Amino acid sequence: MALAIPENVVVSKLDELANWCRKNSLWPMPFATACCGIELMATGASRHDLARFGAEAFRFSPRQCDVMIVAGRVVMKMLPVLQRIWQQMHEPKWCISMGACASTGGVFDTYCVVQGIDRFIPVDMYVPGCPPRPEQLIQAIIDLQDKIAAEGTLTGREFKTAERQQPKRALMELPILGQTPVFPSRPIRGGMARPDTNSQGVG
Amino acid sequence: MSTTADAINAVKARFDVKVDEYRGEHRVVVPRDSLTAVMTLLRDVCAYDLLLDVTCVDYLNYRGATDRFGLVYLLANSTTAARLNIRVMLNEPELTVDSVVGLWEGANWMEREVWDMFGINFAGHPDLRRILMPDEFTAHPLRKDYPLQGRGERHNFPSITRDQA
Ligand code: SF4
Repeated sequence: MALAIPENVVVSKLDELANWCRKNSLWPMPFATACCGIELMATGASRHDLARFGAEAFRFSPRQCDVMIVAGRVVMKMLPVLQRIWQQMHEPKWCISMGACASTGGVFDTYCVVQGIDRFIPVDMYVPGCPPRPEQLIQAIIDLQDKIAAEGTLTGREFKTAERQQPKRALMELPILGQTPVFPSRPIRGGMARPDTNSQGVG
Repeated sequence: MSTTADAINAVKARFDVKVDEYRGEHRVVVPRDSLTAVMTLLRDVCAYDLLLDVTCVDYLNYRGATDRFGLVYLLANSTTAARLNIRVMLNEPELTVDSVVGLWEGANWMEREVWDMFGINFAGHPDLRRILMPDEFTAHPLRKDYPLQGRGERHNFPSITRDQA
């Protein structure tokens, strides 16, 4: 039975359409607290030109942003601010942890520096490096676009899966000294974009 | 009175101080109780009108040290650029000195920082709150007996998951 489709009409799924729109107009929230922020600015500037990937509209209001880029070390006085800004962003939203400091604390293993923001907020992409080059950050954004295209849904069902609700590996593997673990130990399954599970490599 | 030597002699004549010199820099160790009087003399008579810094040294386990804390005041004369290093040695449990905010307004935040980092109490300070660490922090982290990696304060936050946002 032939279906008459007029010219210039494409049939697709609504989810795919939403993903296509979302992934090509990511609006970053620059949470730049340290030296990595300079590379973040360079990424947005003309030489590296993040506009080629549709992510040039940096907004300093969390209400207008899709992807939070945490660039730099986060100290314990800043962490409540970071969490608040993350909660103020609207779904769908993603988080890129840029650089060694945001991902692990880096060389700053001191009393006031948070040892990896993924202990306290969800992270989708990790960018290794100190600081990562703009190309690496662009690669992370491209990988994030692939991730959105692959698993995104119109209603954001993918954020509600059990895997996404799983506590971060750092919290499970490194319980805080002198405290009973908040989360029982569970084996780690794939699905989250950790540097070692991301075969594309983020940089 | 203009030279550093004159100022040191003036202080020596009236107070029980210890003076030493290293590469042209003079250090005057002042007893805790006469700090305000010495500072007033230096500011008003000897023209050391600029307080450059207030900071502190923890001498715990330091080779040859007899006192626990050395409170450091760096003074300068803004016309001759002469400098003077005033030090007050402190030992637990008497970690209180008189504030110099009455003499130099600029000492306000510097003394707050010393309080925050070393737990030195400044009597007469108008607003002695923590300046760098969060208010609910309980330790004084630059003391040598505080562990470098803290006592778990940096992990003491709720973890936000995807469905909480
Ligand atoms: S990872 Fe390196 S460049 Fe980035 S914030 Fe840390 S120290 Fe700075």
